[in-house]
Amino acid sequence: MTVSPELDQRFRDAAAAEGLLDVAYELHDTPVGELLVAVTERGVCEIHYDADPDAEAERLARLFGTRVLRSPRPTDEVRRQLDEYFAGERQEFELPIDLGPAREFGRAVLEQLARVPYGELTTYGTLAERAGRPRAARAVGTIMNRNPVPIVLPCHRVVGSTGSLVGYAGGLDRKRTLLELEGALLGG
Amino acid sequence: MSVPPFERFYEAQQGPVLAQLRSMLGRDAADDAFQETFLRALRAYPTLEHGRYLRAWALQIARNVALDALRRTRVTSADVPDLESVDEPLPYEEVRRLTAGLPEKERAAVFLRYGYDLSYEDIGAALGSSPEAARQAASSGVRRLRKKELS
Repeated sequence: MTVSPELDQRFRDAAAAEGLLDVAYELHDTPVGELLVAVTERGVCEIHYDADPDAEAERLARLFGTRVLRSPRPTDEVRRQLDEYFAGERQEFELPIDLGPAREFGRAVLEQLARVPYGELTTYGTLAERAGRPRAARAVGTIMNRNPVPIVLPCHRVVGSTGSLVGYAGGLDRKRTLLELEGALLGG
Repeated sequence: MSVPPFERFYEAQQGPVLAQLRSMLGRDAADDAFQETFLRALRAYPTLEHGRYLRAWALQIARNVALDALRRTRVTSADVPDLESVDEPLPYEEVRRLTAGLPEKERAAVFLRYGYDLSYEDIGAALGSSPEAARQAASSGVRRLRKKELS
């Protein structure tokens, strides 16, 4: 038996309104493609390019608890700020972030990453140094690659010591697009 | 089998739950009961220890929600038809105790048939077998229990 979209939506809203979800997520269209945006009660916990929603729901359930439901309303604020960012109207995100069970060094690196300003570039080595392990540039690369909330935590602003873009979990084209949007690259 | 993300449970069980609620309550009341069923399921979800028999679990919650709704209606309205045809299932504890010695599949079938009052179609869905196989498992379970009683 088919559940009407209205009935379905009513339940998804009610589940969030009653505070019964470990994670609420929604898919969101942006100029760099469809993003899966997920939040917990503590903050945004995941932004994912080209997501397979089933696989992501499994992963989020392991990290944050099994009550994972597609429910748009709790993600509204994150999606609004992303829209503003892509429209060039927002340079800093004002969002609480839930890093979940990130490990100590990873957390330290992501905290340093959060401080890299709009439109500026930094290097893996510099971030490693600021996080207290100057020789750990390679580990920083791995942490950037697994950044749970790209765009909001701006790993696209991190490049190699020679200025090459190196890599990006969403693909180098997107890294270039984001940096051009911020005016950090001229014409690519 | 581990407990799936709630999203997957909800996607898989929403159709059967709505069908059961409509058959017990009619179309309009079923919509309210639908939301209540899945909110109750969400509240209880963290207590699940494995992902087996989720269909039966969802339908049992739906049945409880529907019975609650019918009881409320019975108090407030005199002209609700067919209330007497809604029977309570046997108390779980009694069925649980009775079926303790059965092979697992028979036990599950007997338990779901007589403890949860599910149809063989639903039991088959819950156990991943055909309705006919579910009926056979339940009846051979019952035969086994009778033999045990006689001996």
